[in-house]
Amino acid sequence: MTTTSTSTDVAAGRTRGRRHPIDPRFALSRTLRYAALLFFLVVVLIPVYVLLITSFKGQGDAAAARAWNLPTVWILDNWHEAWVTLAPAIGRSMLMVVPASIISAMLGSMNGFVLSRWRFRGADIVFTLILFGMFIPYQAVMIPLLQLVLGIGLPSGVPTLIVLHVIYGIPITTLIFRNYYESVPAELVEAGRVDGAGMLRTYWSIVLPISIPSFVVVLIWQFTSAWNDFLFAVFFSSAQNGPVTLALNNLANGSILANYGASMAGALLASAPTMIVYVVLGKYFIGGLMSGSVKG
Amino acid sequence: MRRTIRGWGPPLLLISPSLILIGVFVYGLIAINAYTSMTDMHTAAQTTGRAPVAFVGLANYWDLLGSDSFQHSLKNLALYTVVFLAGTMVFGFLWAWMLDRPVKGEGVFRSIYLFPMAVSFIASGVVWRWLLNSNTGDKASGLNRLFQMVGLDFLQNGWWNNVNFGITAIAIPAIWQLAGYVMALFLAGFRGIPEELREAARIDGASEWQLYRLVVFPQLTPIALSAVIVIGHMSLKVFDLIMSISKPANYQTKVPAIDMFLFKSEYDYASSAAVGVILLVIVAILIIPYLVHVARSGRR
Repeated sequence: MTTTSTSTDVAAGRTRGRRHPIDPRFALSRTLRYAALLFFLVVVLIPVYVLLITSFKGQGDAAAARAWNLPTVWILDNWHEAWVTLAPAIGRSMLMVVPASIISAMLGSMNGFVLSRWRFRGADIVFTLILFGMFIPYQAVMIPLLQLVLGIGLPSGVPTLIVLHVIYGIPITTLIFRNYYESVPAELVEAGRVDGAGMLRTYWSIVLPISIPSFVVVLIWQFTSAWNDFLFAVFFSSAQNGPVTLALNNLANGSILANYGASMAGALLASAPTMIVYVVLGKYFIGGLMSGSVKG
Repeated sequence: MRRTIRGWGPPLLLISPSLILIGVFVYGLIAINAYTSMTDMHTAAQTTGRAPVAFVGLANYWDLLGSDSFQHSLKNLALYTVVFLAGTMVFGFLWAWMLDRPVKGEGVFRSIYLFPMAVSFIASGVVWRWLLNSNTGDKASGLNRLFQMVGLDFLQNGWWNNVNFGITAIAIPAIWQLAGYVMALFLAGFRGIPEELREAARIDGASEWQLYRLVVFPQLTPIALSAVIVIGHMSLKVFDLIMSISKPANYQTKVPAIDMFLFKSEYDYASSAAVGVILLVIVAILIIPYLVHVARSGRR
């Protein structure tokens, strides 16, 4: 890359010269940079350390003076208690997020296709109106939503939450798919048009097969946000039929004397699914972040 | 005429389910909510139709905006937003700036800085409630204990247990969770600046500081704007963290979203709806200019 032309050669040479490892100024700034990066790494990991050590501590180890020490005896009681308390809610969360993510991904894909590659007059305005739904504070619809859900007679808990996550997931999934389809060469879709393929056939046989990466991004995004949701959970479900965020909050704040050991084991259990997704599919996770925010 | 129908029909067919759902569940409900906020629906009997409901205009808004309690919530929201925004932007930018130059193990740093984003506010609230324990001295736990251990005793404080500034303590876990996200945005921004542009500036004799001021910062402006919008609108909706760290009934850390929840719990639907409208207006002031800007630049 640096040998393409003389002018860049000169520039690269100067750059390299200035940043030569032997240059003491450069060596110092590099050391400082690594020190700072490591410092922040430790700071970011402090809560993880606390979660882990506290989750293995027994009552005898709970004294304030030993707050930051490793457990004297490593016990599993907290993990057992957290698992017994949270397991049913973890199951309900799974039942909720899987259909919610798949349905909203399908809707987002159809919308994104129409709004980017099979445009009609006013498509930009429709898109902006849909996008606004992503930013509204749900507090602004909550009271009539409660009355509506009650009026329709939707069963409280998982069924209601699936419907809500699908509906309020439409804006973000539409945005991600639209941005993706904008990057698909227009010729691909135009070729379909010229061949006389209808829109539905173009969508089904040309666009859908190349949408797999976007589906992964959207599914991860929806999975994570529905799994982590607490607002809809607290308004539309109860301890008996609610997702894991609600159950965890009840475990942590339910009694006056908080059992930190069990709460922290519970926090780790409740975070495990999204953490696994993050570790295994991190690349797509970041892809979702990017397309979910930058430009429209 | 047939051509128009063929042009409009299928696209509308494909997106009509979403359009109807968004129309009803976003715009329709916003309208109903606005109406409810202008009634006297303050009791359980009224919410179920067992007692009559009357239109009262803007009375609920004057009551809310005139009350010390709600003013306290608005002040808290402003304070929280400033600290949360400043914290995520500063750390996000700093981390991205450090990682932009070649670093061994860059992927590890990046992944660890970013991971808190995948955790729910409720789960992080569990550990941050412990870290932000307000006890000091012998009884100190959490961060206050850590400060003692490293000889920074003077940093010990009551965290969220302060009526004036307690809310800023709640911004700390929020920054922990989202600074990595802002870092990821800025890092993509740094990587998007063509190397030729930097080299051209260097050839022209620009100092490192001039390089940043004249080349890098202008290129990062759109990213910074998106980050402010995303973090800003998240901040205005803060709810989960407060529910899990300091509990809703706590006056110190009250914000409008908490008021909305408390009014609803007391079956005061009218006041609850009014808080919702106020939040919507605040968010709209931030978002609508941005959406218009995005729509315009998209057409260009």
